[in-house]
Amino acid sequence: MSRIHVLKPGLMTTVQDLGRPGWQRCGVTPGGAVDACALRLANLLMGNPENAAALEITAGGPTLRFAEETLVAIAGADFEASVNGARLPAWRPVRLGAGAELSIGMARAGIRCYLAVAGGLAVPRVLGGRGTYLAAGFGGFEGRALRAGDILKIGPAAAWAKRFTATLAGAEAMAAARWEIGAAVRPKYATAPVVRAMRGPQWEAFDAEAQARFIGERFVVDARSDRMGLRLNAAGAGLLKEPIDEIVSEGVATGAVQVPPDGQPIVLLADRQTVGGYPKIAMVASVDLPLLAQLRAGDTVTFAEIPVAEAQELWLANERLLATVKQGIALHAT
Amino acid sequence: MKLAPLGDSAVIVTMGEAPDAVTVAAGCALAAALEARPLPGLIECAQANASITVFYDPARIPKRGGASPFQRVCRWIEDRAPVTEHAADLSGHQVTLPVCYGGEFGLDLEMVGAAHGLTADEVIALHSGAEYFVSAIGFIPGFPYLRGLPERLHTPRRPTPRTRVPAGSVAIGGAQTGIYPFDTPGGWNLIGCTPWRLFNAYSQAPSLLQVGDRVRFRPITPEEYGVSRSS
Repeated sequence: MSRIHVLKPGLMTTVQDLGRPGWQRCGVTPGGAVDACALRLANLLMGNPENAAALEITAGGPTLRFAEETLVAIAGADFEASVNGARLPAWRPVRLGAGAELSIGMARAGIRCYLAVAGGLAVPRVLGGRGTYLAAGFGGFEGRALRAGDILKIGPAAAWAKRFTATLAGAEAMAAARWEIGAAVRPKYATAPVVRAMRGPQWEAFDAEAQARFIGERFVVDARSDRMGLRLNAAGAGLLKEPIDEIVSEGVATGAVQVPPDGQPIVLLADRQTVGGYPKIAMVASVDLPLLAQLRAGDTVTFAEIPVAEAQELWLANERLLATVKQGIALHAT
Repeated sequence: MKLAPLGDSAVIVTMGEAPDAVTVAAGCALAAALEARPLPGLIECAQANASITVFYDPARIPKRGGASPFQRVCRWIEDRAPVTEHAADLSGHQVTLPVCYGGEFGLDLEMVGAAHGLTADEVIALHSGAEYFVSAIGFIPGFPYLRGLPERLHTPRRPTPRTRVPAGSVAIGGAQTGIYPFDTPGGWNLIGCTPWRLFNAYSQAPSLLQVGDRVRFRPITPEEYGVSRSS
């Protein structure tokens, strides 16, 4: 089994997949990649199942040495990345030679990228998922972010990946495919995106002014944002003139926009809690969650209201697009 | 029963106004019925207090006519609603948890008593004399929100949360009592500690308690706590 040696861990690098659904009744968050679309695309480039485990790299990346020849791909935010000093291109499969040293630097735009390897990272499933659940200290690699000296194992690569790696064979430390996932397929990352959202279950509990401000006003991302939630600050005062009573705690979902008593909205992300008592003014459309996953402190976001049926149509259209991408990639090694 | 969208991939089903035993029992019955014969595309049902949240993948819900995936999931839930009519009582397990009250095990026991003009022993007698039921599990994995706390013990949360509450701590927050499964920050008043493990991620039944379970507390001595902890 091939291995990856962690020489430098980066600011916060964790093993993530598409999460561990099925345990919210026990208080276990589904978790997984914050930018699930980028993780899926990185895995598709490897011929992996879409939910294979990969590295989620945050803000500043790790330095890794690959013991054997490995096919890798980076997707998501734009990071500096190089192999033995030569620039590594993102959004395409890249063959690394045995002993290659991959150095991922700082994010140039966005904040999270995903490094997938053909065969996926071989960490044990815990409650059905391979993702790292930092708050509870389980899953992923020993339930924590990577540290220098860690050694990650790689699972068996798919037949497609083996065939494709052979087309890139050579003596060099790195050989990249001549094709990539095009910009039309990637999420439309931006530093000031307009994000589509539906009315939340407690929309009516907010007064007309708060509703009007939420739809249309520009919110600034707070530095305290993390895998649990994206904290937003309204320009000027918070959204609430008077606090709204807490509701009887109920289930929440990723993309829920909670408004705590200080009136500053929090969008729940992958490591959210499973229940919450703050009123939810809105729910972000699933198809736009990757845009929020990539925002940094100081970036801004504006919300546009859409009906549930439209958000579902957008999701279905995006799924059809990903299915087309998957078919297209399969053709590259036939 | 009221259905509302929770975004494009979940429906929140409100079973009643308040998380009383009848409402929670109805939620348990509906969640069990939904999961017994799942619709393709159903991801999970998570019950909490007066509602259950049904998670689904809109791309995998079978198409029918011009209805949206949300509408189709709602119809499927409504078709199963009659099961709630026969769910008059909680059918969950009964669990009796050993608790070592006070001292280093429950730093706030004296303070909770003082707030209500009760001695520490009276607080213990009241807390361990009541029967509770689990209305939700959340905040962190395996943390049970228990209803049924005698009114004389209702105590507001601490103004400033502690940065670390030890695992096993039995605590009072407002009208509820709960148990911390992990060392974690927490704002509830600590009155005791159980040596039992509330959550184990490596088990196929990771949470000791489930929504709908009935819970009692049995006072134990520090010696019994030590024996139980090490066994």
